[in-house]
Amino acid sequence: MKFLKFEANLCSLCGACIDKCPFGAISMERDGITLNESCRMCGICVRECPTQALYFDQQANMEDKDQWRGILVYAEQEQGKIHPVVYELIGEARKLAAAVNYPVYAVMVGTAGTAENARKLLNYGVEEVFVYEHEGFAGFKADCYADAAADCISRLKPSVVLIGGTSLGRSLAPRLSTRFHTGLTADCTKLEMREDTDLVQIRPAFGGNIMAQIVISSSRPQFATVRYKVMDRAEKVANPTGKVTICPVSEKMVKSRIQVLSAKVLEHTKSIEEEDVLVVAGRGAEKAVDMLKELADVLGTQLCFTRPMVENGFGDTAHQIGLSGRTVKPKLILTFGVSGAIQFTSCMNGSECIVAVNTDPDAPIFKIADICVKDDLYQVLPTMLQELKNRKEGEQNAVSL
Amino acid sequence: MKIIVCMKQVPASTKVDIDPETGNLKRAGQSARTNPYDLYALECALRIREQIGGTVTVITMGPAQAEEMIRDAYSMGADEGIILCDRKFAGSDVLATSYTLSQGIKLLGGADLIICGRQTTDGDTAQIGPAVAEHLHLPHCAWVSAIEEVDEKQITLRQDFGSVTQVSRMNYPCLVTVDKDICVPRLPSYRLLCRTKDKKVRFVTFEDLPKKDLSRYGAIGSPTSVERVFAPELAATNVYVEGTPEEKAVKVIQMLQDRKYI
Repeated sequence: MKFLKFEANLCSLCGACIDKCPFGAISMERDGITLNESCRMCGICVRECPTQALYFDQQANMEDKDQWRGILVYAEQEQGKIHPVVYELIGEARKLAAAVNYPVYAVMVGTAGTAENARKLLNYGVEEVFVYEHEGFAGFKADCYADAAADCISRLKPSVVLIGGTSLGRSLAPRLSTRFHTGLTADCTKLEMREDTDLVQIRPAFGGNIMAQIVISSSRPQFATVRYKVMDRAEKVANPTGKVTICPVSEKMVKSRIQVLSAKVLEHTKSIEEEDVLVVAGRGAEKAVDMLKELADVLGTQLCFTRPMVENGFGDTAHQIGLSGRTVKPKLILTFGVSGAIQFTSCMNGSECIVAVNTDPDAPIFKIADICVKDDLYQVLPTMLQELKNRKEGEQNAVSL
Repeated sequence: MKIIVCMKQVPASTKVDIDPETGNLKRAGQSARTNPYDLYALECALRIREQIGGTVTVITMGPAQAEEMIRDAYSMGADEGIILCDRKFAGSDVLATSYTLSQGIKLLGGADLIICGRQTTDGDTAQIGPAVAEHLHLPHCAWVSAIEEVDEKQITLRQDFGSVTQVSRMNYPCLVTVDKDICVPRLPSYRLLCRTKDKKVRFVTFEDLPKKDLSRYGAIGSPTSVERVFAPELAATNVYVEGTPEEKAVKVIQMLQDRKYI
């Protein structure tokens, strides 16, 4: 909570702030430095000013941080099953909690079977799972789910609330953070806990071209969403000591202004996030899509695309890797004709091994690739495919012998 | 039927360079365009108006430059456009932005239906829509992939949640955030462009809003603060495979097999 102030007496008229402002928001007027509405309060001018004529004026409006303790994970269920992102959130929550000696809690909202699922979480080191179980929670109704989660947050007063960056989570999280008049950082890729319990949240900004380090220093709870496959999954604990608490569900809580008429499960095909190996076609591989599809088939996986390829109609968004598509973290990812814009790489650079085939020696993909093939994919790919097929056949023969 | 569409003008390019020595952002491009996701929201609103009548108002928060976007919306068929434009709104995060928008909507006397795009291309958070709904105490449906039915009283929508698709119905007033590809946004019409060239765009400042509590707007009203920005890190290990294309192909497969990936 801060104001940007200008002290005319201190200003040396050097103009450094005007030159360095990335938004062109500063100008020199009759009464000194003036900021226009393009200002994003990034603070670069404050750092650049040699005479400290520009400064942030802090406002005293601090929430008593000691009142808020622990880390609460929103444990999302999908079709009666715990969403796998929940285990990753618990894993991350336990790491963060260890730094400041906090307990890790979870909250679950759903229909019959929710309490049973809640017990499963205890094996992963959650101290207490709060369960809101009621038939009224059938189907996702943002208002009801927010009411139930808000009820848990008000009675528990956690310092941090972690929510999965799923469709459901991203619909729920902003309602909750708004209700508690606090901050929410979307799609964090890295979290760290400070001694003073401020959560350092790092996320890609400007389409992933830069990383922003964000803190919520004077309000609580601190909300963050994290996408699936970004954090490491929690390990099971040897002696689970946690408990499940069934919370009363009031009629008001399940009274929704959203009427769910039907819900249909889409045929479960493995999503690209679940694959261990992925093949990606970029704009340079437009004419090799069929051959890449074959390569994916031989490897027993799916063919994915970059955003321009999806926009050109080669695939759907469920097979798009990138900030506006999916984030993947396979063991192996083979990219063909992918230049490696950061919007793409920031959503797959967690992969264990990245192979890049591209003719352009300056393609940024080579900066993050583990195995680089600087060559024409139309020449490399046929041999690769044949070689793979030969080896597969060889294996099968070996097995049958 | 009163429909409000929330839109935003975003940088035309998200390319931003960072000075490796000072860690500062190099000057960002000044050219702007309408957030592409918001065009779907506007198109949905226009189609609903064509079907059951009413008005479509576009609301945005941003610099005076956003007038270009409102002009485009006029030439697509929007009836009215307002810009929440004030230095006091600068540096807003999700909470302050959604609060400011909700105040703007209150100033307009509310709406039956508020439509937002799923996200912007610069912030990428997809949070403003639900947050506005919360400020206004309205129900919301996000990730709407189709409008199944709409009349004067209620709207029936299809929502996509990854592996589940759900059909939901809400009575007005309510808010929806629509997904990309829900419809094909129309192109601006030259006829409308000519007809609306003198049409006013309404500018609203802090002083005009119903709640004049400075601590709720802009950077002051934003609980999150950006401590620093830095360039994304690059992974180190990169092995270049050499040889003819065929040799390279065989080597890569061999390496992957040695590392037990395939």
